[in-house]
Amino acid sequence: MANAKELRKQIGSIKNTQKITSAMEMVAASKMRKAQERMALGRPYSDEIRAVISHVANASPEYRHHFMHEREIRRVGFIIITTDKGLCGGLNINLLKAVVLDIKKWVDQDIEVDLCLIGNKGVQFFKSYGGNVIAASNHVSETPAVSDLIGSIKVMLDLFEEGQVDKIYLANNVFINTMTQTPAIRQLVPLDPDEDEGLKHRWDYIYEPDARQLVEGLIARFLEAQVYQAVVENVACEQAAKMIAMKSATENAGELIDELELIMNNARQAAITQELSEIVGGAAAV
Amino acid sequence: MASTVNCSIVSAEEEIFSGQVEMVVATGTIGELGILPGHTPLLSGVKPGPVRLILEGGEEQIYFASGGFIEVQPTSITILADTALRADDLDEAAALESQRRAEQELADQKSDVDFARVSSDLQEQAAMLRTIRKFRERKK
Repeated sequence: MANAKELRKQIGSIKNTQKITSAMEMVAASKMRKAQERMALGRPYSDEIRAVISHVANASPEYRHHFMHEREIRRVGFIIITTDKGLCGGLNINLLKAVVLDIKKWVDQDIEVDLCLIGNKGVQFFKSYGGNVIAASNHVSETPAVSDLIGSIKVMLDLFEEGQVDKIYLANNVFINTMTQTPAIRQLVPLDPDEDEGLKHRWDYIYEPDARQLVEGLIARFLEAQVYQAVVENVACEQAAKMIAMKSATENAGELIDELELIMNNARQAAITQELSEIVGGAAAV
Repeated sequence: MASTVNCSIVSAEEEIFSGQVEMVVATGTIGELGILPGHTPLLSGVKPGPVRLILEGGEEQIYFASGGFIEVQPTSITILADTALRADDLDEAAALESQRRAEQELADQKSDVDFARVSSDLQEQAAMLRTIRKFRERKK
C-alpha cells in the first residue's frame, strides 16, 4: 500500500511544476502576440522587395548580377534558423528532420553541404550530428536586429561569390497559425524568378544612376530582408509552439494530480478502515 | 477624372502607405522624380528626403524616407524605404537636436568619429527638417 505521506509530497511537487508551466504558458502567449505583430509589420517590405526582385530577374537587364545566374551545382549551403531555447515541443526537431533529409539527398549525389546556423538548438544538434558548419550565431534575441544576423550570412554569401557554394537554401519554421508551424526550405540564391507571363516580353528598367550599383544594393537589401523576416517568423513560431507545449504540460500535470489524489484518498480510506476493524476486533475480544 | 496608379510605401518595419495616387514626387539619387501613371519601368535609389503623394482628388500627403529604392512599373509604384515616417510624426525638435550634435561632432576634429557616418547622419537630419518645413508650408 502506497504511503499517504509520500503521495502527498509527490502531489505537492507536481503542483509546483504545474505552476511553472502555466506561468510559462502565459509568458509565451504574451510574447507570441508581440512577435506576431512584428512579423506582420515586416511582411509588406519583404513581400514587396521579393516582387521587385522577381521583376528585375524577369527583365532583360543590361547588367546581370552573379546572384541571378544558375550554376552547375558542386556544393550547396544551408542557412538554418532554429530557436535558442527548448521547451517548445517538436518545433526544432521537425525542422532539423526536414533539413537532414534534404542534406542527405545532396550527399547521395556526391554534393557537399555547408551549414550556417542561427540559433542555439541547431548548433547543438549539428555538433553531435556532424556536418560542415562554417558559421554559427546564437543568442539571437526576441527582437532581432538585422545587424546581428549580417555577419553569419555574409560568410555564406561570400562563399557564393567566390564560387565555393553554388546554391544557398534558407530553412526556417513558417508560422501558419498558433496551432500549426511547418518547416520550410526555400532557395535564397541564385534568385528564383517567379513565372509571370505578363512580364515575359523583353523590357528593361531605366536605371538611375547605374544598373550595377542599384541591383547590387537591392539584392543585398533583399537578402537581409528575407533572412530577417525568417528569423522574426521563427521567433513567433517558437513562442506559439512554447505556448502550446506548456498548455499541454499544464493539463497533463492536472491529470496526474487527479490520479495521485485518487490513489492517496484510497490509501487513507484503507488505513481508516483497517484501524476501525482493528478497534472493533479488539473490543469484541475483550 | 485623372488616371491613378497603385502606390505603396513600405519600410523594413512596417507598411506606411498603400493606395491609388495621381502622382508621386520623390528624391531620387540624381534628382527629384515626379512620376505619373503609365511611367516606363524605372529603378532608382532614393535619397533621404520628402516623398509627396498626390492622392485621387488632389489631396496631398507628405512622407519622409531615409533612403532606399523606388521601383516604377506602368501600373504600380513601390518605394522600399529604409525607414519611412508620416510627415506629421516627424519631430522637429529631435531632428534639430541630432543635427546640432552631428555638426558638433564634425567640428570637433580631435574626437575620432566616423566621418562618413556622421555626415550621412547630418544629411538625413537635414532632409528630415526639409520635409517638416514643406509639410508646414502646405498646412498654412
